[in-house]
Amino acid sequence: MIRLEKRPTPSRFWTLATPLLAVILTMIAGGLLFAFLGKDPLEAIRTIFWDPLFHPQFASYSRPQLLVKAGPLILIAIGLSLGFRAGIWNIGAEGQYIIGAICGAGVALAFYPLEAWYVFPLMVIAGALGGWAWAMIPALLKTRFRTNEILVSLLLVYVAEELLASMALGLMRNPAGGGFPGSRNLQQYPAAANGELIAGTGMHWGVAAAFIAVILAYVLLNRHMLGFHIRLTGQSPRAARFAGVRPNALILICLGTSGALAGLAGLFEVAGPAGQISIDFNQGYGFTAIIVAFLGRLHPVGILLAGLLMGLTYIGGDLAQFMLGLPAAAIQAFQGMLLFFLLGVDVLTNYRIRIGRTEAA
Amino acid sequence: MKFGSILAGVALALGLGGAALAQDKVKVGFVYVGPINDGGWSQHHHESALKMKEHFGDKIDFVFQESVPEGADAERTMTQMALSGADLIFTTSFGYMDPTINVAAKFPDVKFEHATGYKTADNVSVYSARFYEGRAITGFLAGKMTKSNKIGYIASFPIPEVIRGINSTYIHAKKANPDVQLSVIWINTWFDPAKEADATQALLDQGVDVVLAHTDSTAPLAVLEKAGGYGFGQAADMAEYAPAPRISSIIDEWAPYYIDRVQAVIDGTWESVNTWHGIKEGMVGIGEFSEVIPEQVRIEAESLKEAISAGDYHPFTGPLKKQDGTDWLAEGEVADDGTLAGMNFYVEGVTGDIPQ
Repeated sequence: MIRLEKRPTPSRFWTLATPLLAVILTMIAGGLLFAFLGKDPLEAIRTIFWDPLFHPQFASYSRPQLLVKAGPLILIAIGLSLGFRAGIWNIGAEGQYIIGAICGAGVALAFYPLEAWYVFPLMVIAGALGGWAWAMIPALLKTRFRTNEILVSLLLVYVAEELLASMALGLMRNPAGGGFPGSRNLQQYPAAANGELIAGTGMHWGVAAAFIAVILAYVLLNRHMLGFHIRLTGQSPRAARFAGVRPNALILICLGTSGALAGLAGLFEVAGPAGQISIDFNQGYGFTAIIVAFLGRLHPVGILLAGLLMGLTYIGGDLAQFMLGLPAAAIQAFQGMLLFFLLGVDVLTNYRIRIGRTEAA
Repeated sequence: MKFGSILAGVALALGLGGAALAQDKVKVGFVYVGPINDGGWSQHHHESALKMKEHFGDKIDFVFQESVPEGADAERTMTQMALSGADLIFTTSFGYMDPTINVAAKFPDVKFEHATGYKTADNVSVYSARFYEGRAITGFLAGKMTKSNKIGYIASFPIPEVIRGINSTYIHAKKANPDVQLSVIWINTWFDPAKEADATQALLDQGVDVVLAHTDSTAPLAVLEKAGGYGFGQAADMAEYAPAPRISSIIDEWAPYYIDRVQAVIDGTWESVNTWHGIKEGMVGIGEFSEVIPEQVRIEAESLKEAISAGDYHPFTGPLKKQDGTDWLAEGEVADDGTLAGMNFYVEGVTGDIPQ
C-alpha cells in the first residue's frame, strides 16, 4: 500500500521541481481534454504556451502583452503575500484596486487639461493612498474590535464596485461622452497617461513597479527585521510575541502595504491599458492575484514567475480560442488544471511517498 | 521569463515549430461579450455569424472569441485577430467602442464593424438596430396583459439604447393601459443569470406580473415559468418558453447585415457606414404572439407592428413630456435620430431616476 510520510523539513529538490512537474501534468491532462473536444492536442498546447512567445505573427505583440497582463497580478500578489505569510488575510485586494484607480483617475480628471509634470506623480500618490485607506478599514476594525479581516475586506469589494459604478455614471462621467457612462480616456491626456516606457515592450510604470516590488519584498523578507517578524508570526504567533512582535502593528503594516500596492496596480491600469473609469473597469485582478500569490509559494521570485505563467495562459488561451475554436470554458478548465496540479503535487514537497506495509506504531 | 524558456525548450524538443497561416480567403472575426450559449445577445450574434458563414461556405474563413471582457482584454483580442490576418472584425458589444477605435487606428487595412456604438473611422462602421420599435410592441402587450397594473423592467447599463427601450416600453404600455406603473431595476451587467433571476424575483415581490428584460440570458423567463407571470424573448426568440411565460419576443436579425458587409469586403466595395435599421429592414424581428394573448390584443399589436414597419407611426411621436414635466415633443412631432441616439432622460410618468 501507498502511504505518505511527513518530511522533517520541506524537500528543496521538490520545491523547485513541483512547478515543472505540474506544468507537464497539466499539458498531458489538458491535451486529453482537447483531444476529447476533437482538437489536435499538440497544436492546442503549442498555441497556448509557445505561440504567444515565439509565433512569427503574434509574438512581437503578445510578448509585451504578457507583461501588461502579469504586471498588476504580480504587484498585488507581492503585497498580499506579506500578510498571508503572517496569517493576515486580505481577500479584498479587488476593492483596494478599484479605489486606487478611482483616486488616481480623480486627480487626473481634476487637473484636466493641465499639462504639467507633477500630474502623474500626484496620481501615483493618490492611487497608493486610496488603496491604503480602503485596506485600513478592515485593519482598524480588526485591531480595535477583533472583527474578521477576511469578511470585512471581501465585502468592501462590493462597496467599491458600487462606488465605481456611481463614479462612471456621475461625478467622473465624460462631459463629451454623449450621455454614455465612463470617464474621459486618460490615454488621450498626455500628462496623466501611463504609456509604454519603451515603445513596443509593454513595459509601463505598473510593470516597473511590479519588478521593484519583487526586489523590495525579497530584501524585506530576507534582510530586514520586519520581514523576520512577518515570517515568525506566520510560523508561531506565540514565539513572535515573545520576540517582541506587536501583532496590531503588524496587521496595520501588512494590510496597509497590500492595500497600497493594490491601489497602485489599479492606478497604473486605469491610466494605462484600461484608459478610463468605467462601470466594469475591474476584471478580477485582485482575486486572481490571490491565486498567483499561492502559486508562487508566497515567495517574491515565485510570484514573479507565477504571474508571468498566469499571464501566458490568458494570452495563449485567447489565441487558442479563435485560432482553434476551443471554447472559452475549456481554456478556463485548463487554467484550473494547472492550479490543481500545482497544489496537488505540492504534497511531494512536504511528504515522502512510501510504498509497503505500515510499520506498527 | 524563465518559465517561458523552459516551456519553449519542451515544445522545441517535441518538434513543434510555429506554423504561419498563409491564405488569400477573406477572414472574418467576431468578438462576443458573453458565452456563445448565453441564450440571448451573444448567442444570436453567433448564430447570425454562422448563417453568414453558411452563405459563403469555403469562400471565407470564420473565427470568433467568446466571453471577452470589455476594456484592455478586448483590445488584445482584436489586435491578435488582426495580426492573425483577419480582414473584417465584428465587435459586438457597446463597451468595445474605444478598444475598436484604438485597434482600428493601428490596422488601417483591416475593417471593423462595431455594434451599438457611435464612434466611426475610415475603417470602422457602426451598426445597430432600432430595438425601441420592438419595445413599442412588447410594451403594448405588457400593458394589456398585466392584471396588477404593475410591469417591471430589468435594465443593464444606463446608456441611451437602454433608456430608449424603457421609454418606448412605458409610452406604449400606458397607451394600452392608462393605469400601468413601470418599475425599473438596474443590474449593471449584460449577462449574469443569477443577478437577472434575483432582479426578476424582486420585481415579482413588488407585485409586478409582466417582466421585460434588456439583459442577455433566459434567467428571467425561467423564474417567471416557476412563479407565474409573463415575459418576452430578448435578442433571441426564446421559444422554448412559449406559449407562456414568453408571450412574444424581440429578435435581432443580424445575418442579412453580416452577409452584406462580408460581400462588400469580398467585392472591395466596403465603406464606413452608420447603420440603424428597424422592423422595416428586418433587423428587428417580432416573435410570434403566443396563444395566451387574447385575439383582439394580438390583432392590435399586429397592426401596431404594421404601422411602424410601413413608416406610418414612429414610437416617439408627440405630445410627449420629459420626466421633469418639461415639454419634449409637440403634438404630432417625431423625435429626431440625434436626440434618440443620445437619449439620457425618462419620459413623463416613468418613476425613479436614471443612475447618476
